[in-house]
Amino acid sequence: MTTTMQRPSSPTPSGHRSLRDKEENARSRAAKNRVVETLLLLGMILAIVPLILILFEVGRRGAGVVSLEFFTQAEPPYRREGGGYAQGFVGTAYIMLLAVLMAIPLGIAAAVYLTEYGGGRLAKAVQFFNDVMTGVPSVFVGLFIYALLVVGTLQLRFGTFVGAVAIAIMMLPIVVRSSEEMLKLVPPELRNASFGLGARKWQVVMKTVLPAAGPGLVTGSMLAVARGAGETAPLLLTALGSLQIVTALQGTAQSSLTLLIYRGSIQPFAAGIQRAWGGALALLVIVLVLTVAARWIGSRSQVA
Amino acid sequence: MNAPESPTGHRSLRVEDRGRLADPLFRWFVTSAGMSVLVILALMIARTTSDAWPIFRREGLAFFYGTQWTAGFSRTEITGEYGAWPFIYGTLLTATIAIVIALPLALAVALYITQLAPKRLKNPLSYTVEILAAVPSVIYGLWGLLFFVPTFVRPFMELVNGALGWFPLFEGPLYTVNYFSAGVVLAIMILPIITAITREVIGVHSQDVQNGAYALGATRWEVIRRVILPGSFPGIVGATMLGLGRALGETIAAAMLVGGSQRWGRSLFFAGDTMAAHIANTFQDAAPETVLALLAIGVALFIVTMVVNVFARLLVWRIGHITGDAAV
Repeated sequence: MTTTMQRPSSPTPSGHRSLRDKEENARSRAAKNRVVETLLLLGMILAIVPLILILFEVGRRGAGVVSLEFFTQAEPPYRREGGGYAQGFVGTAYIMLLAVLMAIPLGIAAAVYLTEYGGGRLAKAVQFFNDVMTGVPSVFVGLFIYALLVVGTLQLRFGTFVGAVAIAIMMLPIVVRSSEEMLKLVPPELRNASFGLGARKWQVVMKTVLPAAGPGLVTGSMLAVARGAGETAPLLLTALGSLQIVTALQGTAQSSLTLLIYRGSIQPFAAGIQRAWGGALALLVIVLVLTVAARWIGSRSQVA
Repeated sequence: MNAPESPTGHRSLRVEDRGRLADPLFRWFVTSAGMSVLVILALMIARTTSDAWPIFRREGLAFFYGTQWTAGFSRTEITGEYGAWPFIYGTLLTATIAIVIALPLALAVALYITQLAPKRLKNPLSYTVEILAAVPSVIYGLWGLLFFVPTFVRPFMELVNGALGWFPLFEGPLYTVNYFSAGVVLAIMILPIITAITREVIGVHSQDVQNGAYALGATRWEVIRRVILPGSFPGIVGATMLGLGRALGETIAAAMLVGGSQRWGRSLFFAGDTMAAHIANTFQDAAPETVLALLAIGVALFIVTMVVNVFARLLVWRIGHITGDAAV
């Protein structure tokens, strides 16, 4: 290294080169570093642009469409102006209600298994495949429910319930994962104190651990609901879609906000496309409010 | 509570009331809830594969390399011809485009956030990128189809087609919805998951080793290049594969942007179809036998994404229990 010194200054008394000497390539190394830092900054900015474009464009084109009427009237034929997505809002709310009733208790129970009874190989496998399950293609879940419930053994046909089952399967891994994280945060002292007072294990879990993790569990559930409400593909194969408001639990094809947006945006008439933007705005607001509120509750409970 | 009273008048700690069954029952209940994850996954594979079996048996391996997809209309037998190569090709191509675009960007974002960003900006920045994961895919489809692709991607494609049209990958005719449009939007959609996991993986990397490199006089880039990237390499591969899994399985946005034809072409600008998109696009008009063929596509897609996901999770799990929660 000493041979590449820029100006061989007098060595220090001990014979080493001075710390003030710079290597010949110091300048190019610094320049390269600056180039890379700029590139990273550009990448960062570029990554934020799509979000801004989405929020801006959906807001701009959807704002004029969303009115009271948009929530109270069903969709007219695509070429006709006016009307709304009432059947979509009802359908999504109905499906989500059922899906929440299925996915959240099951998911939290599975998370209790993982944290309170886990540790074994089986629990490890559940954990692992739960993570893997977050990556199952959504359309495949739809196909599975179609084969199993819609036409399969049970012959339930299309409807709200089968749609909800499909959405619940999409939500389940998210609920399990986030609930597990939250239950792990509950300090063991709390459990021990509860045991010390004579509680049985189920009482410890139900009366101490779950309430202590309450806000965190809400966070995870809200994130799962946000994800579920935005799903389209599983519903395409299970709820199918409908032109009117449907209140039947099963047997009549049900609509959803996402299905209406999907169908509205791939047809050619301007009025229908406009409503699709309105629906997109409504959906985006619902999903983002849920997501942001969930994070907010989550971050607050971590501080406490 | 009919337990015998102890001499002091308190009831015995050994009391055997009816509640003694509660614990085993509770344990059994939560264990079966945990098992349900495995059961659902197993049931998924078993049910769809057995339903789609007639298609696989009839087509054999030709299901995967056959290029002719002719839907039949029979209720009872298999009359059509089912070669899924056009969709397999479309899936692989769009996912590749998405990865090629998203990976460098995700690396840049993760490195910027962990190494360069001012402390106060770290959280807001990762938050902003990860909120992209919360946007429903149908909104990506709508936004891509009616705004992003016509305004930004189409002019870019015209430019490339004009300059490099002689190259098979960029030859015309130019469709607005095509492999490339779908790939670009998929890239935006998988950006958050790759970023989130890469960020966590880099976070796990030893700060001491990095400080050591800085103490030896390395510049920031040299630390990134020689210390962080090699150390985090398996995790980054895992993150990329998770992104790949998402891109392979993405349905609605791809269905709206890829073109929806049943053919395939070498050009990036050809309007083709992906496996997931083809299921969504044609399911409604499918006759019973074609539904079986769509199920077969679904099974093939599921197996591929499962393999990719399992490998990715194994790679990432070795580093720590990293899940990219922020972006699921």
